[in-house]
Amino acid sequence: MLFGTNLLMAQTPAAAAGTGEDANQVDWTGVAYYVLIFFLICLGVAVIGKILKIYDLSLKIQGKKGLKWNNVMGVVCLIFLVAGLYGAYWSFTVQGCMTLPESASIHGVKIDEMFTVTTILTMIVFFITQILLFGFLFQYRHSEKRRAHFLPHNNTIEKVWTIVPAIVLTILVVFGFFTWQKIMDDTDAKGEVASINIDITGHQFAWELRYPGKDGKLGPKRFDLTTAANKLGVDFTKKSSFDDLSADTMYLPVNRSIKLNIQAQDVIHSVYMPHFRVQLNAVPGLPTYFKFTPTITTSEMRHRLDDPKFEYIVYCNKICGGGHYNMQKVVRVVSEAEYLEWLSRQKPYLTDGLKKELHFADAEPQKAVSQNRLALNN
Amino acid sequence: MSTVAVHDHVVAHHDEHGHEHHHNETFVSKYIFSMDHKMIAKQFLITGITMAVIAMILSILFRIQLAYPDKTFPLLTTLLGHFAPNGRISTEFYLSLVTIHGTIMVFFVLTAGLSGTFANLLIPLQVGARDMASPFMNMLSYWFFFLASVIMLSSFFVQSGPASGGWTIYPPLSALPKAMPGSGMGMTLWLISMVLFVASSLMGGINYVSTILNMRTKGMDLWKMPLTVWALFLTAILGVLAFPVLVAGVVLLIFDRSFGTSFYLSDIVLNGVQQPYEGGSPILFQHLFWFLGHPEVYIVIMPAMGISSEIMSVNSRKPIFGYHAMVYSLIGITVLSFIVWGHHMFVTGMNPFLGGVFMITTLIIAVPSAVKTFNWLATLWRGNIRFTPAMLFAIGMVSFFISGGLTGIFLGNAALDINLHDTYFVVAHFHLVMGSAAIFGMLAGVYHWFPKMFGRLMDEKLGYLHFWLTFIGAYLVFFPMHFMGLDGVPRRYYAFTEFASMQKWLTINTFVTWAAIMAALAQVAFIYNFIVSIFAGKKTTQNPWESNTLEWTTPVEHLHGNWPGEIPTVYRWPYDYSKPGAEEDFIPQTVPFSQTMSSNLPHDFEDNPAGMDELTKFNARPKSIDGEEPKIS
Repeated sequence: MLFGTNLLMAQTPAAAAGTGEDANQVDWTGVAYYVLIFFLICLGVAVIGKILKIYDLSLKIQGKKGLKWNNVMGVVCLIFLVAGLYGAYWSFTVQGCMTLPESASIHGVKIDEMFTVTTILTMIVFFITQILLFGFLFQYRHSEKRRAHFLPHNNTIEKVWTIVPAIVLTILVVFGFFTWQKIMDDTDAKGEVASINIDITGHQFAWELRYPGKDGKLGPKRFDLTTAANKLGVDFTKKSSFDDLSADTMYLPVNRSIKLNIQAQDVIHSVYMPHFRVQLNAVPGLPTYFKFTPTITTSEMRHRLDDPKFEYIVYCNKICGGGHYNMQKVVRVVSEAEYLEWLSRQKPYLTDGLKKELHFADAEPQKAVSQNRLALNN
Repeated sequence: MSTVAVHDHVVAHHDEHGHEHHHNETFVSKYIFSMDHKMIAKQFLITGITMAVIAMILSILFRIQLAYPDKTFPLLTTLLGHFAPNGRISTEFYLSLVTIHGTIMVFFVLTAGLSGTFANLLIPLQVGARDMASPFMNMLSYWFFFLASVIMLSSFFVQSGPASGGWTIYPPLSALPKAMPGSGMGMTLWLISMVLFVASSLMGGINYVSTILNMRTKGMDLWKMPLTVWALFLTAILGVLAFPVLVAGVVLLIFDRSFGTSFYLSDIVLNGVQQPYEGGSPILFQHLFWFLGHPEVYIVIMPAMGISSEIMSVNSRKPIFGYHAMVYSLIGITVLSFIVWGHHMFVTGMNPFLGGVFMITTLIIAVPSAVKTFNWLATLWRGNIRFTPAMLFAIGMVSFFISGGLTGIFLGNAALDINLHDTYFVVAHFHLVMGSAAIFGMLAGVYHWFPKMFGRLMDEKLGYLHFWLTFIGAYLVFFPMHFMGLDGVPRRYYAFTEFASMQKWLTINTFVTWAAIMAALAQVAFIYNFIVSIFAGKKTTQNPWESNTLEWTTPVEHLHGNWPGEIPTVYRWPYDYSKPGAEEDFIPQTVPFSQTMSSNLPHDFEDNPAGMDELTKFNARPKSIDGEEPKIS
């Protein structure tokens, strides 16, 4: 094994060595120190084992019965139960408070309600069954005087504990099913204000954002049109493409329905915005959509959490390569007015470089874009 | 059915005699290319333990990275070379570590190590057969597994590193060698290894099923089989039906990687370069993968359930509560496990309506699981519990199964899964319900059947130490992870330093790592105990746990063919513990009812009118008569 790794090391360029010989020196005394500690612990365990054996033997020599390990283990089970219950309680109260803040979207509130109901139900079962399990272990630990109670089955109680979980789960399923269907419905209902379409595209290891211009429509994309200037492969034979805007931060107007158009260019990514309870994979070749309505602005959330640095974020939640752990973008929820003001400052997707590449007689699209910006300023 | 089985045995019996007298076993035929199911079981066990130790070391390596993302450990560079430049594991190698850890644990330890060991050991011994239906195929099964293990590990010696797309190897990441270094040669080795592994698993599974169906001893009808055999039987059926689908998925992936097809690939621009793939779907791979992948988690847990049921019954000195319900719930899990795979794919872009359907089937599968849990609790109730290490591990399995199973109700709910998918909540869930629970079932089995395998007993005190450290360690590692997941902390992240919101979890990550190190070091107690006991353990008696099942009627010294004379006949179910009226608190399956008149119950003769008549006569006799017990004709 060592030989193999040495070989591998030899093959690698010596670039690593240049970054500091000292840092790469193994502190063998430190390693030896830990190994020694481990051996001392092992020795300690062995000594305790021997002492127990001698104690056991001495008891037997005196004509008593040896150590009753069944009793010892029964008591340890009871101690574990008490310590475990306290640990679970501590974990719930301390770490439970470190979890996500309240949902910042309409559908998220429903998810949170269902989460609370499920938590209460499952925690009741958790505590009861664990208490019974370890309680029984202590209560019915081995005794020479007793015989176990011969009870092969009891149809009544078995029916009860089949039917009761079935009913509870049915309730959870029915609620879950309808909530899920509603959340996943990404079409705008009749009479509803049209959602704002935002295009989010993942690639190794960043997100690209594209906002529609004044026509409110995103231009279509084709992967085979992708070039260095046309990063997303927007199809400029279609009119709706010309006024599209690119952005660095995802700004969302509060209380407006947003429809994310989610795509990936190279491998699967996942758009994860936990504060809004939004997640959907970005799959190459399969556009997906998630519709949601943010309800709390960034500044309001900062106020509520008493954290002036708080930001909503969107990050990748599907393993996508070495940079997976740092593929994020800031999301800002703002008022409608702020949103429009911000949008008016965004650059058009159709850059000069792209125009050159597409051999546009630049007069017409140039005009369209500038008009668009004017319109937004008003 | 049973008459056919009897004939088979007569034939097998003659064969074995010829074998014993004319064939001198060499070292190679006894220890290496052995066709004796007991030796193959030991081979599977020792290979499985070795793989488990390796996968555990991998997990400690990435736990160190998570606990100390900013520190350098020059030792890592010494050990890992260019995988850990400047004393820190590289981002790509981190992903390799989690990938190979998952692959080895799920497939090589908890599938082959668990099923391979206990199906091989227990099926012939507990149903009363001289060996497997096809000993040669059984041997091949082990050697394919061994080869698969070697190939999987060899990927660590490849310059570009082992596969690193996660154990689920979703394309396009795994299909495009340029997407990450691990998708190069390492991925190819992974795929070859898995094809061999599935071949091994199929050869084993077919053997297990045919042995159980055709080679049971006289009187051993299906409803007299121990729950271990039931569980291993249904597991084998699951494996035989599900694993070929994985091969299909893997072969198509090999085509995409090497022959330019587009089964899983479409519309791809990698690093600004358009790729010539069109018309495929990455979701197709996920369907194929999880069609195996979900049954796979039951392949992992069901043998652990069977082993724990058996051990808890023996050590509570009580019949397993609701034997029929236990079998039917296993059957229910087996059938349902084929139609729940989509719950891994709620947020993959699969049609949301399908998501709703899979949610319904998923929550239905919780019912048989709940029944099993309650039945285990009822088995302990008013028992006379002996705390052998095996018993403690079986109890640990139940505790983990409850803790991890309950969080499955969150994740099976598509609406809740939106925010929990791929977070540490999932990591906590499956490490408890399938990782820890299954490995505890396996360890319980090792402690319990060690005397059967090696003729010696393991040290109980070291077993206690091993249990408590591992049990507490596992809870300390996985319990806090639930809350990390609820805070939206994603799995498979190299470090949490890039997110302001995740930095508060750093102290907990450090704590978790130290708990993991403690639990890992506790395994030294097991390994030491295991190795020393093989050679110097206390010699066992024939039936050390006073158990009813058939394997304890064989002699302590192994012989090829298991029983020296005729194979014993079975008269009763395996769970007559503490039967009122019986002298001992256990009645082995080989004891006929005629010898236990005082403890027989009307229930024992429900389909046996002659026996019922005798029982009525026996019960009607004047109480003062103290003569010989009447016999059933």
